[in-house]
This record gives sequence, structure tokens and C-alpha cells, in this order.
Amino acid sequence: MADSNFDVIVVGAGPGGYVTAIRAAQLGLKTAVVEREHLGGICLNWGCIPTKALLRSAEVYRNMHHAKEYGLSCEKPSFDLDAVIQRSRGVSKQLSGGVGHLLKKNKVTVINGEAKFDGPKKIVVEGKDKGTYTAKNYIIATGARARALPGLEADGKVVWDYKKAMTPDKMPKSLVVVGSGAIGIEFASFYHTMGADVTVVEIMPQIMPVEDKEVAGLAQKMMTKDGMKILTEAKVANLKRNADNVVVTVETKDGKKQELTVDRVISAVGVIGNTEGLGLETTKVKIDRNVIGTDEYSATAEPGIYAIGDVAGPPMLAHKAEHEGVVCIEKIAGVKGVHPLDPRKIPGCTYCHPQVASVGLTEAKAKEAGYEVKVGKFPFIGNGKAVALGEAEGLVKTVFDAKTGELLGAHMVGAEVTELIQGFVVAMGLETTEEDLMHTVFPHPTLSEMMHESVLDAYGRAIHF
Amino acid sequence: MPVKVLMPALSPTMTEGTLAKWHVKEGDTVESGDVIAEIETDKATMEVEAVDEGKIGKILVSEGSENVAVNEVIALLLEEDEDESALEGADTSASSTGGGESAPANDDAKEDKAPAAAEKPAASGGDKPAPAAPVSGGERIKASPLARRIAANEGVELSGVSGSGPRGRIVKRDVEAALSSKPAEKAAASEDKKSADAPAAAAPAASGWNPDLTGLPEYEEIPNSGMRKTIARRLTESKQQVPHFYLTVDCELDNLLATRKQLNEKAGEGVKISVNDFIIRAVSLALKKVPAANSIWTDKATLQCKQQDISVAVAIEGGLITPVVRDAGSKGLAEISTEMKALAGKARDGKLMPEDYQGGTFSVSNLGMFGIKDFSAIINPPQGCILAVGAGEQRPVVKDGALAIATVMSCTLSVDHRAVDGAVGAQFMAEFKKLIEDPLSMLL
Repeated sequence: MADSNFDVIVVGAGPGGYVTAIRAAQLGLKTAVVEREHLGGICLNWGCIPTKALLRSAEVYRNMHHAKEYGLSCEKPSFDLDAVIQRSRGVSKQLSGGVGHLLKKNKVTVINGEAKFDGPKKIVVEGKDKGTYTAKNYIIATGARARALPGLEADGKVVWDYKKAMTPDKMPKSLVVVGSGAIGIEFASFYHTMGADVTVVEIMPQIMPVEDKEVAGLAQKMMTKDGMKILTEAKVANLKRNADNVVVTVETKDGKKQELTVDRVISAVGVIGNTEGLGLETTKVKIDRNVIGTDEYSATAEPGIYAIGDVAGPPMLAHKAEHEGVVCIEKIAGVKGVHPLDPRKIPGCTYCHPQVASVGLTEAKAKEAGYEVKVGKFPFIGNGKAVALGEAEGLVKTVFDAKTGELLGAHMVGAEVTELIQGFVVAMGLETTEEDLMHTVFPHPTLSEMMHESVLDAYGRAIHF
Repeated sequence: MPVKVLMPALSPTMTEGTLAKWHVKEGDTVESGDVIAEIETDKATMEVEAVDEGKIGKILVSEGSENVAVNEVIALLLEEDEDESALEGADTSASSTGGGESAPANDDAKEDKAPAAAEKPAASGGDKPAPAAPVSGGERIKASPLARRIAANEGVELSGVSGSGPRGRIVKRDVEAALSSKPAEKAAASEDKKSADAPAAAAPAASGWNPDLTGLPEYEEIPNSGMRKTIARRLTESKQQVPHFYLTVDCELDNLLATRKQLNEKAGEGVKISVNDFIIRAVSLALKKVPAANSIWTDKATLQCKQQDISVAVAIEGGLITPVVRDAGSKGLAEISTEMKALAGKARDGKLMPEDYQGGTFSVSNLGMFGIKDFSAIINPPQGCILAVGAGEQRPVVKDGALAIATVMSCTLSVDHRAVDGAVGAQFMAEFKKLIEDPLSMLL
């Protein structure tokens, strides 16, 4: 029989799980990871990565439409939906294979199957590598799944969840997207760009509710100008599913109802942790509304069992899971100088058109927390590179603590901001103040100059606006 | 160029120490992690590990040297491809880079410049002042810009803050932690000031103790170790500043001795519960019953501790040290006994770590084994009480109106009257006596 006793067993090979397993192996721990479906988890197979592939197709397609503005010609741009989807699936497949290779290279044992705790000291795996396995430490990294609102459950035909939305049989002509978080707004953006008539229904007063109000507001304005319909403070009051269309009754805050007949509905009302079926009731692990309770180093109430990533609570982001997992395993291995993940320094990126990226506190949250703030803003129109790119709409906003010069938050909307935000994340991580940022040389001509200008603006020193 | 091995700071407050012992000699090859030397601070001896591999090129500070400043270069380590010739002209000035890191000569020169300028401000007339504000002993303080800003705003001296960031960099959370402990520091500082003002005329401070030595016979001069100096300073402070009062009770030990005998007969190999273990247990339980006796005085407030951390005085060569049995109130006799044995062993070997002896809410000092009948101890600041335990000896006692013989132990509690009043102290002693005389109640 194959080896069944380990120092660490990680349950789930998503971005949190496989990264944790590799780090564990690097630290000299005998490590296994249990996966029931694909290495790389949702992120790599059905989330972050394949949607980025789809959105890249949409971006190229959008640019084809704008060819004339650049002095180019592209008569009647068109697309082959199957080929677009195939490209996206191919990207996932390539990367999932890569994860398998990385695990092998690091001598991490992959156990294929579904794990279940039988008491706190062992797990029973059903599936290909059926058996009982034991470890000194267990790390639960089972991730999350789409939340199903009653009445709005996906049926795979006319109401889609994210999986179906990534592999459509044909382009819907019209679409309602329920929920405008990162997942909802990215799908809305994709289908809108590919030519569908898209309506977004969001219950909160702004789209992308976790983002800074001003930034989300500008994103909404840009999307609306582009022809997308967005209803905020609105909810789906009723849903009538027909054979090939759906009648959606949307109720706005003032009580007004409107009926929309659309080909398809995408339900993107958030995700919830995968806490079921793990046998956690046979342990002391505490679960509250699909979130496993953990301390700052990811320890659960049961000694020797840890939980990281989505299943340990928000923000449900792959990079949060990865970092949390590394901190957790380093703490277990006794690495010196390990500090818990600071939730305020976790960036968030949304790849809709226009892109949105942020880190830290929004202006409103900073004020709520009692900070006296200095806010800097710089618009894309003032940046040479943005104008040259033909992407002159957008905003870079920075929020500082007036007292200490601490960068509390940075919020951006516009072209390529998802690649820019990391500059501010590093700055926050190293605890720079406005002074250091002002003294930093930003290369010209780049979009990053707007980050510099935004900082200067917070102190009344912006040059180009 | 050779890698500098620096005098390490074993605690945030350490400024100098004694290089007690070299474990290597010139020419020895070391691997990262090898113990190369032992450093003695005022409290303990600790090992210095090599952080790089290489060959010991030159030992610059000899064994037994005292008052070696933190970050002074104590040895030079030759890297793989270097030979002794590399030692010539090697820079041996105290470096700002911690842990024996090597740095190109240019950088060194640059870094050394700032402290030099700070030391001689007059000479460097028009120069801009060194940006790293507080420079002490030529040490550049590694701190994040935000940490510096907050420290400057709040008036926190960065040299007194220990860094938790990468390579000991001081980050925001460290300054915030220092800020939250600042009120206590301030209180302490003002106390220090008071002591300097008031009794200065009457009794000079420990450091200025220069008695008239005329007429003494021939003597051997034994240099004061770091530990001796600490004992001298702290106990002088205590006896001068803390208003002590003393409470003595006699406890009959016969029941306890019988119970101890039974327990030790039943206990397995290796467990041998001592009378002192019983005393630690009794003290903790009595403190639980009379929590007001588990108090510490500060100018701002009396701190009533929620856990019974018992400092136990252990005599070691050249002085004494008080390792702490943490949370003794929730520990059984066997646990206390094992822990105490380990702590005492470490203490005698000079291997106690700061976490082993720092803190403590109440002290016990036992001189019974030397046949001392009764004594009163000096309070171990900032604690409020210390219990002095004498020998258990047969004495005549009066029982039911008749003379009888019992094993009796006298215990004297020294109490800081600012934190603990007479009645509270007496109540504590009554509870303690009850537990000692009815040891079964301690086993519950």
C-alpha cells in the first residue's frame, strides 16, 4: 500500500491548497494534498484564469471595433464562440497540468478523491485513491462555490451559474446578470462586449459594493456610456423560466417593478464556503454560516486542524488563500518572524471593462474608522501614455492618513490598473509614507505616473492636472 | 572581504555584555548555526550561533572580556575563497548590518559616516543632520518610514523599540506596541527621577557606591558581574523606595511531610515532590483566594494580576536568579515539581531564557535547607510581596493545653504597603498556613 502517514495533509488543491502544500514540502515536511476534481481548483479551472482568457478575447474584439480610431481597418469584426471557449479551456488545461508538475517536482503526494474526517486524527478518502490517511496537521482548503438564492437557482438551461456562463452553447442575445461583484460584472462585461444586450441587477446602491464609491461610480458611468444597462438598489422579485427565455421581474427601491424578457440569466450573488461533507462534525472545528472559525494563524478550534482561503472566510480571493496558507504552514513549521496576514493589505482586482483595482481602505471606510484623511486623485486624461493608448478615461485615487502620512488605501479604474495596483501594495507593505512615494521615480511614459501624481495631488502638488 | 561577527543584542534593552567563552578558535571551520561563543548578560548566559559558514579568521575580543558593546565586531569570518591575507586592513568598526552580514567597503564607509557626524556635530558644521534621528553607539536603526513618522509624532525613542519586521526592522505595529506600554514607562521614569531627587543626599545610588576603604586588610578584588550589578541596583531600589512591612506565621509541617512521603512513594520514577513544590502550590492557591495580595503598585494604578506567576529564587554561582513558574494556580504538584526542576537546572547551567525569568507576580525565597529559622526578604520589584521560608524543625508547641512536639516552619511575608495592606497580607498568610497544615486540600 502507498504511504498513508504524513506530516501535513492539505484538503483541496486550489490556489490556497497547492501553494500551501508546495511551501510545506519546501520546509521539509512530508506533505500530501487531496483533490476531488482538478488540480488548481476553481480559480484555475473555472474561475480567475479561464475568465481572463475569455475577457482577453473580448478585449481584442473590442479593439477590432475601434480599429478606425487608430488608423487601422478591420471590416465587420466577427468571432467564433466555440473557438473563444476552446481557447479559454485550453489555457486552464495547460495551467492545471503545470500545477501537477509543480507538486510532483516538490515531492507532494497527490491523493485523488474526496476527503472526510473520521474524528480529528484521520481522514477517509473516497474515490480513486480510496483509503485512510493520517497526518500530524491537516489544512482545510476546500474553497467555495456559487451561492444559490432561493428562486434563482441555476438550471444550466436558461439560468446559468459561473460554470455554464463560461461554456455557453450559443451567444445569448439578451442577458440579465444578478449581482455586480467581481464575478457578475466580469461576465456582464464579457457578454456585453461580445454583443449581448446586458442588464446588471445589483441590490446595493453601487456596483462592485466593496470598492470605493467614487471609483465604482466612474466605472458604472463608463459602462453605461458603453451601452450596458445597470440597475442599482434593485432586486429580482420574480423569475419565470420558459423553454428558451426568462421573464425577470426587477423591483427597484421605490417599489417600481419592471419585466425584462431575456434569453438567459446569470446568477452571481456571491460564493459560500465548502464546509459540508468533510466530517467536521466529528471534530471540534467550529463552522458558522459556511465559514470555518480560525485564529489569526488559521488554527481552528481543533488542535492540529487548520483552515485557509475561502472556506476560512472573506475576502474570498485566490491570493489571500495562498498567502494565508503560507503563513499557516510556516507557523506550523516554526519558521521565525511569521506574521499573520494583514487583511488591509490584500489587493483586489476586477477585469471588467474598465478594469478596477484597489487595496486598503476606501475613503468612506477610512473616515468611518476615524482617520483624518488626505485624498489625492488623478484622471487618465492627464496622463500621456493613457492618451496615446486611446484609453483616456479612468481615475487613480489615493487615501492617506493626514496625521502620519500612512497610505491607507488606493483605488483605480481604467486601462491596466490591475497591473498597476501592486506598486501601492508594495508601498503599503514596506510602510512608506507619502514622502517616500513622492521621492520615488516613476518611469515616463507609463500609466504608473498617475500613481505618483495621485500621491502628489493628495498634498496639493500634482503637476499634470 | 571577511564577514564581521558582531556582539549580538540578546534582549531589546541590552547595550553591553560579557564575552564569557569562545567555543571556536582561529582557523576553525564553522557552519551556519554552529555555536561559536557564549555571551553573559546581567541575567543569563546565551549562545551565539554562526550565521554564515566559513573559517574563523581572527578573534578580536578575547574570552572573559566585559562590557563588550552590542554590535562591536568580535571576530572575523573568512569566506570560502578567502585566506588570512583578507584580514589585512579589514574593517573592524562596529557595523549597522546585523548578524555578521558582509557589505561592500563603500557602503560601510557611507554608513559609518552618519554616526560619526552625529557624534561630533560641531566638527561637521554645515552638514545636514543624520536623518536617522536617534543614533546611539553608532548603530543605525532599521525602521520603516511610517514607523519613524509615528515615532516622531508621538515622541517615541526608536532606540528603545524592538523590531518585529524582516531582519528586526521596526514597523508600525512595534511603535504602536511601544506606545501602548508607554504610560507604564513614563510612570517608571518619573519614579526614577523622584528617587534621584529625594534620597540622593542620604544614600547615594547603587552605581555611585564608593565607601571609605581605609584600614581594610588585604583583599581579593572580584569584579562585579552583570548579575551582581543588577542584584545591587534592583534591591537597593527596592529597599529604599518600597515601604516594606513583615508578617510572620508558624506552620506545622507534620501532615505535609506525611502526605509528601505517601505521594512520592506512589509517584513513578523521576517524580519527587519537594516541600518547596508544596509551598509554591500553597502560595498560588492562597493568592487565588486572596487576589488582592497578587498586586503590583504603579503610580497610575494598582495592578491586580489575574494569574499566579510565581518567581522562585534559585541560588546560582555568583548570585541568584528567579525563574518563574507560570500560571502555577492552575498547575498540579507534579507539574510544578517537574517544571521547577527544569527551571532550576537551567538556572544553574546559566541557560535560562528571558521568558523563563521575566515577569512573575509573587516571589518565594526558601533558605530552609540551610537551617535558617526565620528571615525577611527584600521585595523583588515590581512585585508586591515575597515569601521568605525558613527550615522545618521540631519545636515544642502547645496543643490542647499541653506541651507537644511538632515540625514547625516559620514563614515571613514581606509586603509593599502601597499595593497590599496589613489585613490583606494577614489574610493571605492565614490561607497559606491553612493549606500547608491541611495539605490534602491542596490536592483538590
